[in-house]
Amino acid sequence: MSVSALGAPARAESPPSPVPAKRNRRKPPDLRRWISPLAIVVLWQLACATGLLPPDKLSSPWTVLRSGVDLARSGELGDAFVVSTTRVGIGFLIGAAVGLGLGVVAGLSRWGNHLVDPPVQMLRTLPFLGLIPLFILWFGIGEEPKIALVALGVAFPLYLNVHAGIRGVDSQLVEATTALGFTRAERLFHVVLPSALPSTLVGLRQSLGVAWLSLIVGEQVNASSGLGYLINNAREFLRTDVIVVGLVVYAALGLATDAIVRLVERRALRWRG
Amino acid sequence: MAGLTVAVRGLTKRFGERTVLRDLDLDIAPGEFVALLGRSGSGKSTLLKVLAGLDTDTTGSATVDGQVSVAFQQPRLLPWRRVWRNVVLGLHPVVGRDAALAALAEVRLVDHADAWPRTLSGGEAQRVSLARALVREPDLLLLDEPFGALDALTRLAMHRLVETLWQRHKPAVLLVTHDVDEALLLADRVLVLDDGRIGSEYVLTHPRPRELSDHIDIRARVLRDLGVTDRATA
Repeated sequence: MSVSALGAPARAESPPSPVPAKRNRRKPPDLRRWISPLAIVVLWQLACATGLLPPDKLSSPWTVLRSGVDLARSGELGDAFVVSTTRVGIGFLIGAAVGLGLGVVAGLSRWGNHLVDPPVQMLRTLPFLGLIPLFILWFGIGEEPKIALVALGVAFPLYLNVHAGIRGVDSQLVEATTALGFTRAERLFHVVLPSALPSTLVGLRQSLGVAWLSLIVGEQVNASSGLGYLINNAREFLRTDVIVVGLVVYAALGLATDAIVRLVERRALRWRG
Repeated sequence: MAGLTVAVRGLTKRFGERTVLRDLDLDIAPGEFVALLGRSGSGKSTLLKVLAGLDTDTTGSATVDGQVSVAFQQPRLLPWRRVWRNVVLGLHPVVGRDAALAALAEVRLVDHADAWPRTLSGGEAQRVSLARALVREPDLLLLDEPFGALDALTRLAMHRLVETLWQRHKPAVLLVTHDVDEALLLADRVLVLDDGRIGSEYVLTHPRPRELSDHIDIRARVLRDLGVTDRATA
């Protein structure tokens, strides 16, 4: 402390600054980034038109588009969409309930951590897609193995992130709120769970990614309906256009669920700016 | 022990083999401003935690008469609660925004009531933490090196602010610090913790607001108690 500061008038360290305005709305998209993707589509179309790319290897973008519209009109695509989305939905709900439940138990209680964490960590190292043969033996070839595969894929990322989020709670905040008279339950709801929310949402995004991946793999096995069936059936008839339509729908579904979680993140984590 | 805000008798605290507080006695009268100095590891913060009710694994007795509030070295605001909600954190919902705004006005931060904690500077966040402590109208205000993490200029401003708020509300204050000058500027009584008990005690009588030179004689003795012999200070 310097002596020259003696008797300095008491002052706030800075005039109250206005709360910083919300981050700038996202920049307008840079159109230059569209040049190369469009060029690729044009080249693809040209390659097909000139016969360089035969339709039994890859159909032209235009054909894919037309087949997509046809499939949508006939209701085939809609039915497949509903079947596949239902599989992911049920599998996700089961997997999320298990992953969240175990993560909370292992995160909050010492005994829970001792009992739950070791087996989960061991199972996690299994390449779970390799369990398909066992699942077929256990569940047959109906809906169950596909749903089970999705559920399994979903449970692990959620468990790991929820567990880490709860364990990572700032002990200083816990102590401060204890000094403020918080009960155990109040600390749980106002301190521990909110601080675990960011990593839980990260886990949710990973889980949804894995869910679609598990579905795609699961639907390669003996599906008689759904997007996987549409694609496999198209392979029998060398319909590469239908295969591409199926892939595009898979991709769109994955993007859509990711966008939903990102939206939730932006709403729920506003405090992080 | 009637009439005392803090009465500590024979307080002992061990961490395993190590005895941090040894048969310690301490009285603080209502409205008294006490500064507690000591080398790092001397048990200052441990004593504060006992008084805050955060550490009950002790022997001896420590009684506090009335409401206790703590402000820590770090502001410890919940980042997911807006500033004013942090101020009334844990209070009955009836004690709402108005109480928070009144407390924020005292630390000159009304404009930031709806801000997120992350948008505050270190000094501002620390003032919110003070407002949170004051809104409970404490009989005992525990300050655990609350200015330690602030820059020198902000610290000077905070000294004046704490002095003003103390004079207005008159809680008993226990200020744990390693800054001798800070203790001499603010306190009625300076205690030096040594080997787990109060090693020495100085009563400061100079009227406020004080300057650093007002207790220059005591300063030298306190520094000697702390084992600092040359002119270097914290």
